[in-house]
Amino acid sequence: MNWGAKDLTVVFGSKVALSSVDVDCQPGEILAVVGGDGAGKSTLLKALAGIDVPHDGTLTLPDSGLTGYVPAEGGIYRDLTIDEHLDFVSTAYRLTDWQARASDLLARTDLADFGDRLAGKLSGGQRRKLGAAMALLPRPELLVLDEVTTGVDPVSRMGLWRLIAGAAAEGAAVVFATSYLDEAERAGTVLLLHEGHVLASGSPTAVAAAMPGAVTESDRPGAPVRSWRRGRRWRHWDPDGVRTDERVSLEDAAIVAELVAELVAGGSPS
Amino acid sequence: MILKEFRQMRRDRRTVALMVGLPIMMLIIFGYAARFDVTEIETAVLGPGADAAVAQLDDAFTVVHQDNTGTAEDARTLLADSEAAVAIVTGADPKVYVDGTELFVAQSALRRAESLPTGVQGEILFNPELSTANVMVPSLIGLILLFIGTVITSLGVVREREQGTLEQLAVTPLRPVDVIVGKIAPYFAVALIDMIIITLAGILIFDVPFRGSLFLFAVFGFIYLFVVLGFGVLISTVSRSQGEAIQLAIMVLLPQIMLSGMIFPLKSMAAGVRWIGYFLPLTYFVQAMRGIFLKASSFGALLTPLIILTVMAVVVFGLAVWRFRRDVAPQTAEAVAS
Repeated sequence: MNWGAKDLTVVFGSKVALSSVDVDCQPGEILAVVGGDGAGKSTLLKALAGIDVPHDGTLTLPDSGLTGYVPAEGGIYRDLTIDEHLDFVSTAYRLTDWQARASDLLARTDLADFGDRLAGKLSGGQRRKLGAAMALLPRPELLVLDEVTTGVDPVSRMGLWRLIAGAAAEGAAVVFATSYLDEAERAGTVLLLHEGHVLASGSPTAVAAAMPGAVTESDRPGAPVRSWRRGRRWRHWDPDGVRTDERVSLEDAAIVAELVAELVAGGSPS
Repeated sequence: MILKEFRQMRRDRRTVALMVGLPIMMLIIFGYAARFDVTEIETAVLGPGADAAVAQLDDAFTVVHQDNTGTAEDARTLLADSEAAVAIVTGADPKVYVDGTELFVAQSALRRAESLPTGVQGEILFNPELSTANVMVPSLIGLILLFIGTVITSLGVVREREQGTLEQLAVTPLRPVDVIVGKIAPYFAVALIDMIIITLAGILIFDVPFRGSLFLFAVFGFIYLFVVLGFGVLISTVSRSQGEAIQLAIMVLLPQIMLSGMIFPLKSMAAGVRWIGYFLPLTYFVQAMRGIFLKASSFGALLTPLIILTVMAVVVFGLAVWRFRRDVAPQTAEAVAS
C-alpha cells in the first residue's frame, strides 16, 4: 500500500507551513524532499511520521508501530548506550526476537564494537547511524528521515545511504529530507518544496527535464538574480534560452525552480 | 556589542520578565512579608474569667475563640487543631498554652505575655524548647520535593524536547499515557525516597519528633508530589530550552520559599501579600507536616489542607498532563487513513 498525503495544508498561526501538498510514498521506493530553509520539509516529514500537527487534507499512514522516524535533532539520548537505545526501541515497539536484527543493523552501521558506549561519546556520524538503526529496528513500512545526513562526513554518508537503500530493498517506503541535491538524485522521486508549496515533483530526471529555459556556464557573473556560482565558474539561467545540453543537473533545476518562484512572488515574472 | 545584547535581551521576553519581575518580587517579599515579629496572634480565651482576660489583652492577641465554659483540655485541642496559636485558660488554675510549632508566633506571644494577668503559668506545647530544627525539618521535606518536582522534572522533559526524542516517542506504539507515566514515575519514586531519607535524617540526626500518623504523612506526600510534578511538567510544556525551564522554575520556587510560612509566619505578613501564600501548595504542605510531626494532628484537623492540596493536584497535574499529551500524541485517527 502507498503512504502519503493528499492536499495537505499546515498553518501555524499566520504562517502557512505547507499548502496543498500531495505526496505519494511507494513501498520499496525512496522519496527525497528537497528545499531551502523554511521550505516546510520538517513539517511535511512530521506529518508523514504521524506526529500531531494541525492540518487540513488527508494523510494515509501505516498503523501505529509501523513507522520509523529520525528527527532533525537526531533523536538520541546522550546518556544512554547504543545497546540501551536499541533495547528501549524494542520495548517501545513491543518487538520480540529483535536481537539478531539489532546485531545486523549495528554491523551494517559499523557500531557493533561500541554497544556499551554512551551516545554522547559518539561522533556526529555515529549518532546519525544509531538514529537510523533505531528507526529501522522495527522493520517499518514507512521510514521517515529528517536531514539524517546533514553535517555527516562523506564516508558516514555513504554508510547511511547503504542503510537507507537496504530499507527500501526490504520493502519500506522511505521519505527523507535533505539539503544535498546530489543525494536527492539517488532517490526515485524528488519533491521540491519552496515556502510550503510544491515547485516540482517526479523522478530526478523528469524534474531536471521540466526546467524552463536553459542554463549556461561562464567564468564571469551575469545578472545577479539569475546567476549562481558553482566551483570556480558561474551558472546563468536564461528563461528564453534553448537548451542544447540535455544533461541538466537536479541542482540547476532546483535553483531555477526557486528563482522562478521568487520572481513570480516578486511580481516580475521572467 | 552593547546594542547586540540589548536587541537580544528585548527579544528574550522571559529573561526581561525575570530581570524586572524578580526585583519587584523581592521588594514585595522583603518589604511586606519578611517579618519575624508577629503582630496578629490568634488567641483562644477560655474559662470563667474569659471576658475579663480578653479586656486585658495586648492588641496583638486577636481573639478567635472565647468560651466561658472552656477547659485546659479544650485549650490543648484548639492548639492541636491549629484553631489558635495561644490559648488562655482562666479560673482557679490559670494557664497560657502556646503552640511551639509556630516558632515566631510563640516567641512573639511570650514577649507580649506581660499583658497577661500576673502569676499565670505558661506552657509551650508540641515544641517546648522552641527548637528550630523541629519546625524546619518537616518544612524542608516540602521544599526539597518542590525542587525535585519542579526543577529536575521540567529539565528532564525539556531535554527530551531539545533532543527531538519527545516527537520520536509519538511515532512509537507507546500511548501518550505510557509516555507520561514512564516519564514521571522515576521522578516520583526518587522524590518519595528523598522524602523518606529527609524524614529519617530529621528524626535520627536532629531528634525531630514524629508523633503523628504515618498514613497521613504518606497521603500528604503522595498528593503534594502530584502538585509539584505537575508544576514541573507544566513548566516543561511551555519551555523550549532548559534555560527557559530554569527561569520559570525560579519564578515558581521563590514565592513558595518566602510566602508559604515556611520561614516567615503568614500572620506576620502584610495582608496585601499574605493572600499569595494561600494559593501556594507549600503553605498547606508545611502546615500538614508540622501538624503530623509535632502535634500528632488528626485527620479532621488536617482536612482543610488536604482538600486544598487535592484540588491543586487535580488542577495542576491535570493541566500538565493535558498539555504534555499534545506533545506526544500521534495524529488523531480521523485524520489518518491507514
